[in-house]
Order: sequence, then C-alpha cells, then structure tokens
Amino acid sequence: MRTTIRLSATVLAIVTAAACSKPKPETAPAPVAAAPNPDSVARARAADSAAAAQAKAAAMAKARQDSIDASKAAIEQAKAAARAEFAYAVYFDFDKSTLTDSAKRVLDRKIQIMNANPTLTIQIQGNTDERGSAEYNLALGQQRAASVKRYLVQHGIADARITIISYGEERPADPGHDETSWSHNRRDEFVITMGDVSPTP
Amino acid sequence: MRVTSRHGLLALAASVALAALPLRAQDTTPPRGVHLGLNYNTGAPPGVIVGVVRALWGDSIQTILERDFDAGDRLTVIGMAGTPAAGAIAQVGSGVNYVVWKTLGAAAALQLTVASGALHVVLHDVAKGAVLQVRDFPLPSSIGSAEWRLALHGVSDEVERWITGTRGIAATRVLYVSGKQVRVVDSDGWGDHVLTATTTALSPAWHPSGKYFAYSALTPRGWRIELQDLPTGSPRALGTTPEGLNITPTFSSDGASLAYAHGDEEGVDLYVTPMANGNPSGAAVRVTVGHGTDNVSPSFSPEGHRLAFTSGRVGHPEVYLADVDGTNVEPLATDVSSDAAYRSNPDWSPDGRQIAFQQQIGGIFQVMVMTLRDRTVRQLTSEGRNEDPSWAPDGRHLVFSTTRTGVRELFVLDVESGRARQLTHGSGGRLPAWSPSLVSSP
Repeated sequence: MRTTIRLSATVLAIVTAAACSKPKPETAPAPVAAAPNPDSVARARAADSAAAAQAKAAAMAKARQDSIDASKAAIEQAKAAARAEFAYAVYFDFDKSTLTDSAKRVLDRKIQIMNANPTLTIQIQGNTDERGSAEYNLALGQQRAASVKRYLVQHGIADARITIISYGEERPADPGHDETSWSHNRRDEFVITMGDVSPTP
Repeated sequence: MRVTSRHGLLALAASVALAALPLRAQDTTPPRGVHLGLNYNTGAPPGVIVGVVRALWGDSIQTILERDFDAGDRLTVIGMAGTPAAGAIAQVGSGVNYVVWKTLGAAAALQLTVASGALHVVLHDVAKGAVLQVRDFPLPSSIGSAEWRLALHGVSDEVERWITGTRGIAATRVLYVSGKQVRVVDSDGWGDHVLTATTTALSPAWHPSGKYFAYSALTPRGWRIELQDLPTGSPRALGTTPEGLNITPTFSSDGASLAYAHGDEEGVDLYVTPMANGNPSGAAVRVTVGHGTDNVSPSFSPEGHRLAFTSGRVGHPEVYLADVDGTNVEPLATDVSSDAAYRSNPDWSPDGRQIAFQQQIGGIFQVMVMTLRDRTVRQLTSEGRNEDPSWAPDGRHLVFSTTRTGVRELFVLDVESGRARQLTHGSGGRLPAWSPSLVSSP
C-alpha cells in the first residue's frame, strides 16, 4: 500500500519538475535592469582592483615566506645532517683503547668539521661493554676518550676545545648481553658543548 | 705469629697451641670470658636456646636474636620457629630447665626479660647447670625502630662473644649500589633504603666510625669523591676540581686516611689524603706512578701500612700489593704473565690474613680468597657471575654481588662452611661495602 503511494508521489514530482523546466509563456513583461551609475561602477571597479591587488600581494608574500621557510628547512635539514654526521660514534675492540683504521676515518671527518666551525667545542664520552669490573671500566672508558682527544689534538685541533668524560659501563647504547650488543657499547660519543655545526661541502 | 730465635721453646709451643685453635678473626688472643662445659669442634657449633621473651614485642626480640645467631654460623640455634624443639622450649617458657635444655642438645640457654627500658639477659651453661653471665642492655624506647633493632643486634653480638669468644656481626649494615644510587641495608636484610640522590653514585665506602661514607659521584664534567653523613646528610665534595676521574674511595682502619684513584688524560693513579673530623686535613699524596696505566680500587691492610689495588700495568687488570708510600709493589698472584687472567676488586680482611678478590675463571668472574701466609688461593663461588667481595668485621663472612638467582643480588657467604644466604631482594645490587660494628663493645 505504502509503496504504491510513494510511487505516485515520485511520478507527481517528475511531472512537476518537467513542467517547471519548460519555458514560461511570454505573458508578463521581462524585468528591465536599472541603468548603471558611472560613479558606482568606477568605485566598484576600483574596489575590485584594490582587492585583486591585495590578494596578489598576499599571494606573493606567502610565496616569499614559503620560499624562505623552504630554505630554512633545507638549511636546518643540512645542519641536522651535519650534526648527525658529527655525532657518529667511534668504536673499539674488546679491552682496547687504541684506534682502528675505521675509527681514524670517522675522526678525520670530524677534524674537517671542527676546522670548518672554529667556535665548536666538544665533549668526548668514553664507554665500555658490561664485562669486566665496573670500577676498572671507568678507567678504560676514560682511556678511550683520552685516546681520541690525543688523535684530534695531534691533527691540529686546539686542546682547549675538547673535554673528556668516562661513563664506564654505566650508559650502554645496547641493553643486550651478547657479542653484538657489547660491540655497540665499546664506543666514544661526541657531544657539542658550544657553537654549532654549519653544513660543510 | 712469628717466633724469632730470641723466644724460647716454651713460646714456640704456646704459639703452636694457639694456632691450633679454631680461627677467631676478632680476637687473636685466646678467647676471654666463658668456657662452656661442653667440648665442641669447629664442625659442630655449640647449640644455643633463646628462651621465650615475656615482653612487648617479645616474639620479635626472640626472632631477631635467633636469626642473628644462625646467620653468624658460630652457633646452632635450637628451637627456631617451626622445629619440634620449639614446642619443648615454649613449654619451658621464660623459666629455667636444665634437664629439658640438655636433652634438646643445648650448650647454652638464654633467659630474656625487658624491664626499665633495658633487656635483662641471663646466660646459662647448660652442662654445668649454672648461670654464667648476667647483664642489662639499654634499649631505645622506639620499639621496632632501626635503632631498637640495632641495639638488639648488639646484644646478639655480645652474647656470641660470651659463648664462642668471637664477637658477632649482627650489629652491622651494608652499603651498596642499585639503580645508580647508594643504598644501605641492615645485616639481616631489614630496612633497605636509598641514601643518595645524584646522577650516578658508585663504590660506597664506610668511614670506620660508621658516622659517614664516601662514594664516587658523576657530574657533567667528570667524577668526584663525595662524603655523606649517616643516618641522613647532604653530600659534600672532596676537593674542588670536578674534571677527570676521582673514584673508588676507601678509608684506613683508623679512619685517618682516605685512598682513592685520580686521573685525567694520562692514566689513573692512587692517592692518599689525610682525614680529620670528616674532612681532608692535608694535601693528597700520590702513591702509584702508573706512567699512563690505570690503578684503581685500593684497599688498606688493617694496620694501614700496605694497599691492595687493581692495576692494568701489564696490559690486563691484575691485583697488586704495595706499601702506602708506593714502594715494594708486587703482584698478588704468581702467574701474572698469563694474559688470560683478569683479577680485580681486592678487599683486605680485618685480621690482615686474607685478601678476597674477583677473578675471571673461564671468562666468568668468581670470588676468590688468598691466604697471605702461604699465598694459597681458594675459589669460593661457582654459580652465576660473582663480584665485588667485601669482608664482615669477623673476617669470616663476605658480602658480594651475584647473578645466581637470575638477577644481580647481594649474597652473604661464610668462608669457613661455604654456607650462602641472600641479603637483598630488590634486584640490581652491586659494589657492596660491609660496615664495622655499629655498636660499641660494652
């Protein structure tokens, strides 16, 4: 019963819509627009162009700001990359504080960065794995930090730009208890204490 | 005990007779006080009964004394809670019954009552059926407090001396590191709490007065030695330079010297600073000249003339002995040339006769003890990783850190019987230091 009624309503709606889309017969005079006032047209045109100019200026300013932001972001990104590169740790063999060849390559890059950024001062943090006596490991970590400082100073970095500290086995980078984890913990970390790193070519 | 040619045969015989007695670290002269009617050998410590204590908190008093005697390994406690003897003893109650006590196998029995703020202690020689000692021990009014417990531990220690000739070690505490801070715990495991609130604190060491301790503290620029009063106090730094490594402090037995390791960019050496009234009283004197090597973890001999320490001077860590002025350096072990060894963390026993240390056996640390007279070495542990031994004042018990339960905890070991008991249960316990007796001998 309800369906039938709805259908009829639908049919009615369609018929009505069809009736409305037909052009009305010419029975009444078409409305006539008032003649435009020259002043208001000029004013409207002026307002339009002012608005347009404003919009254009805003768009240009935004584009400039976007460009500045993009450059800033690019610089920050490059700086972050340079800082990250500077923060590369140097790793050691078990029970040793001597520098491996790969350690020296990492240090040579740091020397470049420090030479390009003369205001940079750093702290070298010496660490050990968890094996061995915790007390003796404080001394071993100190040796590892001193060993790297010695290399940097021998290659021309001013002594006063570098301080050292040992964390022994107290601050592992890797909490695991196997050879791989231990190799991640026998390291020197590099922390910037003053100045910043500009991106270097 | 050295016998020179100036002493006669009689003196030689006397020293041999004394040497044959069971080793009593605390008293090197023959035991004074009581000798019980019961003969016993070191394999069977004399049995003691702690009678029922009719007092407020009497159960606690009885339990504390029984646990102290048991933990000391010099007495066999008869009638601990839950044993069949406990019932018989409860029946005797706070009275006297030599017949029952004798059948239970006791050599000594205690009657305890509390009156006028003191614990009234009567010690009976069961075989003789007679009273041997009577004394009143004042107790703090704060029943159940740390001070009250310490006073009771002092009673245990004195009663042990009456019966065995050796003072007990119950009235002591252990400093140790967990969670990067220094903590303290009573010898029976009670009252464990944190003492420091710094970035990282390691290597606590007691001043022999028991009134303050030293430790290494991490600062943004390096490590420095700090001192802190007990039971509460703010830390004060030793010296003014915060850079470099200033670690592993230790006091001489008379409290007049503090030894520690100091270094910056050219290795680490040992220094000794004179101390008075809890502060340095003079300039530090350098002991070792390591030429860039590392020398850490010193331990004074009890008479204060020698130091044991860890050194990497031959390329790997070994334990060395030296005079306090740095002369007469010698390695502890005889096979130091073998580079497979790793020996460290020595602790000189209070009677001067032994040095405990840790050594890697098959790559795993174990607690070892060397008898200095003949340089014989004994391995004391085998389960888990075992480190950081520290002697109790009786020179017979050691506290050390072990992973035998799966997490690192402190355990106490009786070097004579090999018996071990767990001291801490919080996990992460390491670098313990056993205090001197904290109650003066009456």
